[in-house]
Amino acid sequence: MTVSQGSPVLTETEAPKRNLVLAAIRGLFLRIGVLPFFLAATLVVFALVSAQFLSIQNLTNVARQSVYLVLVSLGQMLVLITGGFDLSVGTAIALTSVVSALTMVALVAAMPDLVWVAILLGAFAGFGAALLVGCLNGLGIAQFGVSPFIMTLGLQSIGAGIALFLTGGVPVSGLPFDFGNFFGFGRVLGVPVPVLFAIVAIIVMWLIMNRTIFGAHVYAVGGNVKAANLSGVNTRKVLFFSYALCALLASLAGVLMTARVESGETNLGGTIALESIAACVIAGVSLRGGIGRVENVVLGAFFIVLLQNGMNIAQIGSYLQMVLLGSLLVLAVILDQVRYRMLVGSR
Amino acid sequence: MDALMPPPMPPLVEMTGITKTFLSVKALSNVDFRLLPGEVHVLFGENGAGKSTLISILSGVYKQTSGSLRIDGQEVELQSVHDAAKFGIGTVFQEFSLVPTLRVYENVYLGREPRRGLFLDRRAMIAGAQNLFNELDFEIDVRRPVSALSRAEQQMVEIAKAFLAKARVLILDEPTASLTEKETRKLFGFIARARAEGVGIIYISHRIQEFAEIADQISVLRDGRMIGTVSAKETSEHALVELMTGRAIDQIYPEIARSPDGETVLSLTNIVSAGVHGVSVDVRAGEVLGVAGLVGSGKSRLWRSVLGLQPIRAGRVMLKGRDVTGKVTRELLRGGVFYLPPDRKTEGLQLAATARDNIALSLLGRDDVSNRIGFISPRRSRELADGIAARVDISPSYLNRSVSKLSGGNQQKVLFGKGFAKEHDIYIFDEPTVGVDMGTRSALYRLIKEIAEAGKAVVVVSSDLTEVMHLAHRLVVFSKGRVAAELAGAAISEENVLKHFFADTRVPA
Repeated sequence: MTVSQGSPVLTETEAPKRNLVLAAIRGLFLRIGVLPFFLAATLVVFALVSAQFLSIQNLTNVARQSVYLVLVSLGQMLVLITGGFDLSVGTAIALTSVVSALTMVALVAAMPDLVWVAILLGAFAGFGAALLVGCLNGLGIAQFGVSPFIMTLGLQSIGAGIALFLTGGVPVSGLPFDFGNFFGFGRVLGVPVPVLFAIVAIIVMWLIMNRTIFGAHVYAVGGNVKAANLSGVNTRKVLFFSYALCALLASLAGVLMTARVESGETNLGGTIALESIAACVIAGVSLRGGIGRVENVVLGAFFIVLLQNGMNIAQIGSYLQMVLLGSLLVLAVILDQVRYRMLVGSR
Repeated sequence: MDALMPPPMPPLVEMTGITKTFLSVKALSNVDFRLLPGEVHVLFGENGAGKSTLISILSGVYKQTSGSLRIDGQEVELQSVHDAAKFGIGTVFQEFSLVPTLRVYENVYLGREPRRGLFLDRRAMIAGAQNLFNELDFEIDVRRPVSALSRAEQQMVEIAKAFLAKARVLILDEPTASLTEKETRKLFGFIARARAEGVGIIYISHRIQEFAEIADQISVLRDGRMIGTVSAKETSEHALVELMTGRAIDQIYPEIARSPDGETVLSLTNIVSAGVHGVSVDVRAGEVLGVAGLVGSGKSRLWRSVLGLQPIRAGRVMLKGRDVTGKVTRELLRGGVFYLPPDRKTEGLQLAATARDNIALSLLGRDDVSNRIGFISPRRSRELADGIAARVDISPSYLNRSVSKLSGGNQQKVLFGKGFAKEHDIYIFDEPTVGVDMGTRSALYRLIKEIAEAGKAVVVVSSDLTEVMHLAHRLVVFSKGRVAAELAGAAISEENVLKHFFADTRVPA
């Protein structure tokens, strides 16, 4: 049934024209990668499955839901471009959630009249906790040369343990109403507040990666760390700040998620490490480092949320969704390898 | 430059008693070196003699273990490359310090990006880089990514990068290794201009022919010691080589007897592969086939495609009369091919394992080492490995050490040893002596002689022209993915070979 709309067009065209189309598709694949095809396939398939999938209401919904993954993926992209990765983004979120919630609850009790001060201080306490995780990651990886895998895996466990210890595993409730009302559900000029945060973060990250020396050095370190060092780039500093910034972006997602669920939860961000890496890889960020673009990563994160949303609408169970998501990730990497070989071979 | 300056100019760089040890290996011992302003000073010596270590210290990559470094008479301690740049020291490294994923102008400005306010000034970078290349008369679009450039173009970018820094001391580590004749001319012109402006230039090269033209002084290093500094105008090539090696040339290269009509063991017909555009070569038993060419000429990739390490797109590979085109590496090795990869650290050795275990790895599958189910006799394996080690002259005390701790020469002996683990019909040596001292080299050459004279077919691929010329009975010269010339016997001369290095092989002969 999917083909019925496309096939008449194809049968009318003659063979050479068909080759042209194939060549165009090949060119697009070589230039941008697999993401446009995945995105188009998702849109077509779910639009056919359900009429409401492409409704403005649903797409706004997807945009709002994708904010958190977009933020984390931007940070993940940063460390992937340096040639590492960060498995502790989920922990950064959980710690942010628990610490900011505990701080807010305590401060509101101490000074009930200054709710907004309590909210802001709480959020900053959350940022601080996540930043600590990021700095420890950066310190271990940049200064002591621990592999990113072990370092961030270790901190993922440490952070999760601390978050559970602080709360005893019980959600922290009793957050100020304004917090959730604004950061979770608020709108400014009709745009959801979390979306605004994401837009600002995307712009800032785009500027950092494309317009600042730090960004140029991030690409250089990932492209060839020895060469960067020989060119006088302080590679340790670059690595350190990349992990710190990654944790900070995850932390921002953590505050927004906490506002959305209106409680401090230790289990927020449980699957986000995998999802953010998937979003980046599907968006063409190289696992070898040195390659990756902000706009593609945003699209990659959006794609994953869109896919999850579509599967929900199509009533595909969450267990099967996991199977599908994992398969897509592997498929994306395989296609990326094929693309790499085509690129090298065509020279 | 200034007439009012006092006549005895202080040296730009003065290194005194420099010693550098890595773990327990002495790379430099008590080396003195001085560079005057407006002087082109050649550092000459074999691979592993310590040239690279010396310039690495001067450019802030390594810190000396002892000894002092003065710049303009001031004692300094360089902590990093960045630090050295502040003192006006610019280096063109042999291992390119380019980031392949970045564009040319980003690479040129890497580490000293111009800024406008908070942001990168990309426009200034592009314009500045373009200007620089115009001034150098190098034609490169500065917006292209470095990974898309040829090796010669990358070399030009690397040189431009050093010139951009307005260095007072310019260090060039084998800058002409992959440049064409024309590009080399341009570079020499630029060196002359820089010298006239009072820049001190340290020039490392193996091409003795270049020295008379550009050098003022030549300092010779051997085994980490400074042998002496001589005036370029007054020293002959032969004298330099003897200074470098400490012995006469004919003592290093053995005379290899060639069996008159050995049968063809490996026959390649019109091989097309990445970087190889239609090559036909025969390799015969009892003969050493030399393969020369610049880096990237396809001389190495041809054999990699034969071995199934990169796909063959067209052509035929016949091994002892059997078609083995496109077979996987394992089958070729089983079919009697021995391949010595050019980079022993990434492709040749199990670095964490001992020297003995590295050799023993190649013994696996021999009937007298393992039985049919795959059980290994440790005793047998050990005996055989030790026998091979003795044959390639590895001291027994090294056998239990991890190969990563051995010198380059001993590592290379281990690799050669792997070739003696089983009987092979054809031995392909890709860069057999890279980074190996002269003493070990002549030992390795004698092993090659032994193999060839036992009636095996031998291929020696090498960037060391002297080496491949002296060993080969027949020499094929590669240029741009094709065979530019096949020379034999007396026709093998340096002049003849160099002539074909830059040949445009695309024009049908």
